[in-house]
Amino acid sequence: MPILNENMQADLPADHVDRTGDIVSPSLTVTGWARWAWRQLTSMRTALVLLLLLALAAVPGSLIPQQSSDPNGVIQFRRDHPGWTWAAELLQLHDVFGSVWFSAIYLLLFISLVGCVIPRIRHHARALLAAPPATPRNLSRLPAYDQQHLPHRSPGDVLDAAERELRRQRYRTIRVRNDGEHSIAAERGYLRETGNLLFHIALLAVLLVLAIGSGYRFTGQRVLIEGQTFASTRIAYDSFTAGRLVTDAQIPRFALTLNRFRVTYVTDNLNALGMPRNFDAKVTAQSDGRQQKADIRVNEPMSVDGTDIYLLGNGYAPTITVRNPAGDVVFKDSIPFLPQDAKLTSLGIIKIPDGLAKQVGMIGLFYPTRATAPNGASYSSYPDLLNPVVTLDVYVGDLGLNRGIPVSVYTLDTSKLTKIAGRGTTTRGIQLVPNVPQPLPNGLGSIELTSIPRFASLDIAYDPTQIPMLIAVAAAVAGLALSLFVPRRRVWVRATRRDDGTDVEVGALSRGDDPSLQTVVEGHFTHLTTPDQETRP
Amino acid sequence: MTSYLESLSLLLVYSAIAIYAAAFVAYTIDLARRAAPAPAPAREPALAGAQAPPRRATYTGADAADHTEPDNPRASKAVRVGYALTVLGWVFQVGATVLRGVAADRVPWANMFEFSLTGTALIIGTFLIVSIRVHLAYLGTAVLGLVVLLLGVATVSFYVPVVPIMPALQSGWLVIHVMIAMLATAFLGLAFLVSVLFLIKRRGQAKGTPRIQRLLATVPSTEALDRLAYRMTTIGFILWTFTLIAGAIWASRAWGRFWGWDVKEVWTFVIWVLYAAYMHATATRGWRGTRAAWLSIVGFAAVIFNFAIVNVFFTGLHSYSGLK
Repeated sequence: MPILNENMQADLPADHVDRTGDIVSPSLTVTGWARWAWRQLTSMRTALVLLLLLALAAVPGSLIPQQSSDPNGVIQFRRDHPGWTWAAELLQLHDVFGSVWFSAIYLLLFISLVGCVIPRIRHHARALLAAPPATPRNLSRLPAYDQQHLPHRSPGDVLDAAERELRRQRYRTIRVRNDGEHSIAAERGYLRETGNLLFHIALLAVLLVLAIGSGYRFTGQRVLIEGQTFASTRIAYDSFTAGRLVTDAQIPRFALTLNRFRVTYVTDNLNALGMPRNFDAKVTAQSDGRQQKADIRVNEPMSVDGTDIYLLGNGYAPTITVRNPAGDVVFKDSIPFLPQDAKLTSLGIIKIPDGLAKQVGMIGLFYPTRATAPNGASYSSYPDLLNPVVTLDVYVGDLGLNRGIPVSVYTLDTSKLTKIAGRGTTTRGIQLVPNVPQPLPNGLGSIELTSIPRFASLDIAYDPTQIPMLIAVAAAVAGLALSLFVPRRRVWVRATRRDDGTDVEVGALSRGDDPSLQTVVEGHFTHLTTPDQETRP
Repeated sequence: MTSYLESLSLLLVYSAIAIYAAAFVAYTIDLARRAAPAPAPAREPALAGAQAPPRRATYTGADAADHTEPDNPRASKAVRVGYALTVLGWVFQVGATVLRGVAADRVPWANMFEFSLTGTALIIGTFLIVSIRVHLAYLGTAVLGLVVLLLGVATVSFYVPVVPIMPALQSGWLVIHVMIAMLATAFLGLAFLVSVLFLIKRRGQAKGTPRIQRLLATVPSTEALDRLAYRMTTIGFILWTFTLIAGAIWASRAWGRFWGWDVKEVWTFVIWVLYAAYMHATATRGWRGTRAAWLSIVGFAAVIFNFAIVNVFFTGLHSYSGLK
């Protein structure tokens, strides 16, 4: 393929498909057809169409929730459009960027790119070694041209001066002698094509690094409550995604403690009251006996054992203590409640499988600062703990934990449970404020909100290809800039002897868009008529 | 103090819009005069375009059409008024932007209103600066029209009071990534206008009424317009590439991955690919000119979509509009 090279025509081998208008092929053999197909694929026009297809194919990835970036959206989408699930599955619409059809487009594009770049490298290498093309007969036909009569100067003298100046401007020059005429042929700006090729090769490198990286990358998510420590192993993460080539031995072994999670809020701006100003997770990491304290903030990850730890979310994890009718503690745990809005109204699930007369499940809402709307509904009016309240709906029955199937701690399967308190029952739901025990319905026991620590949701990421990727991308940008901004120019200077001096003609030709070509030609005359004294012998 | 500066900034924004509207009128009067039947000699010999070698098809030099920009004396007064008003409006707008930044105690591009405010200031700034070297008066109506529209919509629909910056945006990359995105948008926006004009000229030359033909005779040749659009897109494309890369670096710093196909990332990619296609189109037979111009228009439509629609109606990691 192509690209960013304004005159492919001049650059391409003579047999390139863009070069010949119509392909007249009476009867093609199998290799003939293969050759034809290859030329079609590597033509600029095909590359262009593939690029447009690629842009078009990416659009559904923004309209339909993607498994990789928005898994909850995918679940919601399936729930909202059950009739479309089969189509979405078939067309891989929840995984557009890994889908067969999207991959097909970019792979074809890159094959096309390789097919175009290879002959161009060969062609460019030849051009780099070749001398500038000989002086055309009629310079005045060139896009930029000027001529002057210089009295009292000999052609040799003029050409020497011109050549020195061209060399100074980093032109490659040769002297041409033809029918008694003396001239210089000069060319510069080979970096333009070099940059163009570099750009395209760097794009190939980006794809390659991406492919390699997908095998070695891993990320793990973990919710950590204040005071809690977790030891990094594959199963200790709440979710863990790893490339095919990641072994358990590569997962760094460290222990991480969340000592404290501090949030500061905006209090001095009425328009942003309660907006978080700063999140600060104070952590201690231990690995190989070394201890490392750090503050993880949103844009400030922490590095441990070659992995980076990022702060992605936070919330409250109310500590719930449950006692049986005899007053013995049967359950005490901090339950992460997932934030539902900016004021941190949060939703959480409490499961008490043992110790009470029946298995008990509760769906709870937490309001850090509970307020009551005119219609009687509770909401949170501020994200900090000014008036914390937990409300609970209570279920009894089979929690479904004994079947050996992993169950999410963030959902409650109510199919085998009976609701005994809360909306839709005759008993009011439970309301907890800190340190005031409340009875559980049906004489099951009592429940108390004993403390309200915060939790941080942390992302642990390892990607060995970040540096190679940065290098590839930097090379692409450098190549792009060179290919667009370095002018490639050819200049010819012809000197013809006259009785009282020399007639000088300068002509120039540029590849692509070159607004200052005429200025270049005029510049040479300025130089020739006022020669630099130093450089004159 | 903050709210005082904030109100003052908003007042300056309204003033700038009003002044720009006046400049728009002045430039439009200029266009009307150009269209009027005049004894002025034909400004552009019909053959100038035809004789010029096809752009980038071969080695080509500077096109004479660049230097034959007409300076119709009857039009020049309106143009001078328009230019002066634009400069004045720009001074007001820059003042508004700076005050907004001072009031917020940070860079003035942390939400959609501020992005629009600074972005349109950059469009006008680019237009004014390029005007010094290249004759662009014929674009005045379009540029001022676009900016009045964008700034007006932003002020009416996207305005939010000054609030501190959320933790996700507290990074040096906010300065770099968003600044370059705005600059890229400015260049791509101007290129879009030139491409539209290119299409109008190409069509109007053949099928327009005599008034339209007279008007179009005063703007540069289709060759020159095509080349101008190409140059601006070139700069815009490189800046957009930087935006994409700076965004990826920031993402790897903030979210632990450099690319995750977030909605905004998808559209940034789509735009990059569209402009890559434009760059190819300018070098492909059958795509140069008209089709390339359409690509430039589609590309900028995607830029606007990425800004106005994606920010407001899509949920993703880039939800920084500040709108509720």
